[in-house]
Amino acid sequence: MEKENKDRTELGFFASLKEHPTTDEFVKGLWRENPVFVQVLGMCPVLAVSNTAENALAMGLATLFVLLMSNILVSSLRNFIPKQVRIASYILIIATFVTIIDYGIQAISVELHKSLGAFISLIVVNCLILSRAEAFASKNTVGKSILDALGMGLGFTFALFCLGLVREIFGNGSIFGVSVFSDNFQEWIIMILPAGGFFTLALWLLVFNYIKEKRTTA
Amino acid sequence: MNTESLGYIFINACLINNFVLAYFLGICPFLGVSGKMETATKMGGAVTFVMIISSMCADGIHALLVAINAPFLQLISYIVVIASTVQLVEMFVKKMSPALFRALGIFLPLITTNCAILGLALFQTNKGYDFIESLVYASGAGIGFTLALVLIAGLREQLDFAETPNMVKGTALTLLVAGILSLSFMGFAGLGS
Repeated sequence: MEKENKDRTELGFFASLKEHPTTDEFVKGLWRENPVFVQVLGMCPVLAVSNTAENALAMGLATLFVLLMSNILVSSLRNFIPKQVRIASYILIIATFVTIIDYGIQAISVELHKSLGAFISLIVVNCLILSRAEAFASKNTVGKSILDALGMGLGFTFALFCLGLVREIFGNGSIFGVSVFSDNFQEWIIMILPAGGFFTLALWLLVFNYIKEKRTTA
Repeated sequence: MNTESLGYIFINACLINNFVLAYFLGICPFLGVSGKMETATKMGGAVTFVMIISSMCADGIHALLVAINAPFLQLISYIVVIASTVQLVEMFVKKMSPALFRALGIFLPLITTNCAILGLALFQTNKGYDFIESLVYASGAGIGFTLALVLIAGLREQLDFAETPNMVKGTALTLLVAGILSLSFMGFAGLGS
């Protein structure tokens, strides 16, 4: 009972939602089990394409799409896929949807496709998607898997967006390409460079660790 | 230096555009198995080996896909080839050297989801490298990956003895160190220009 109470205070405003197991599948990915800040999964695209907020958002939504579709297919086929070849089958399912979104983005905006580069194709090896297929979708119903995919995908997009926003504001002096500082603002070139990606993610992790520590001591 | 020369391709993949520190490929093993120097070296060796083999296969597959005019199968066939290469390497190592097989353990099958390997296959196709160039590119990338992994493992072994605040411990600290390492690798940018 005591532990339950503690959990509730820790979760803050998600507390009431936690009592409904179905909504919990959705909510857990957003904060408590956030794929980037808590599970540290799928780091390659997080660091590589978060140099502007727009790129980060596009990448997050592309990943959300692949995650949702593969979770649906994996969970509906979960009784037909033999255990021995399940990982290979999951990778094939994921690769198919990645090919679809790759051609889709190319059709919508060639420019965006160029700036995301090979990282759209590399969604295939994003460990987040494979881990959700293996750890969740292969054991749960289609409905639950959809909620799980939406939660995890949005949590991933949120984390990417946090990074992209900070890196764009300081590295480019803009938000979504719109200038926010006066003309004599000196851009911090380092924020767009690879090193800036590592530093920004480290800073966000520090912020989240700080919040967590405050809550557990309070 | 001639950007087409084999020497440049090697140095480019290994140092100037290091796969881990400049392209952000293979971050998961970079953060996951870089705690100890010994495992880091072995992981680097295994990844380099798989990179070279899958790069050779990717070269053949690309030629085949161009011949039958089915570029949309590229991604799917590459990932299948990488997965089977890893399986093959696993069986080969098990048969030839059980000691090495035990030492590598779980890291061997996990190489399949290392994005550095799929990234390598995609990049060499995009750049239009021929067979020999791909081979040199793959070995450069593999050695660069091993170098980054060994460097961060050495730093992390030292950090274990440092007194750090609770808040910084774990991934955040590794990322900060990686950022500084990435900064120092930027010094190689002038090489070959």
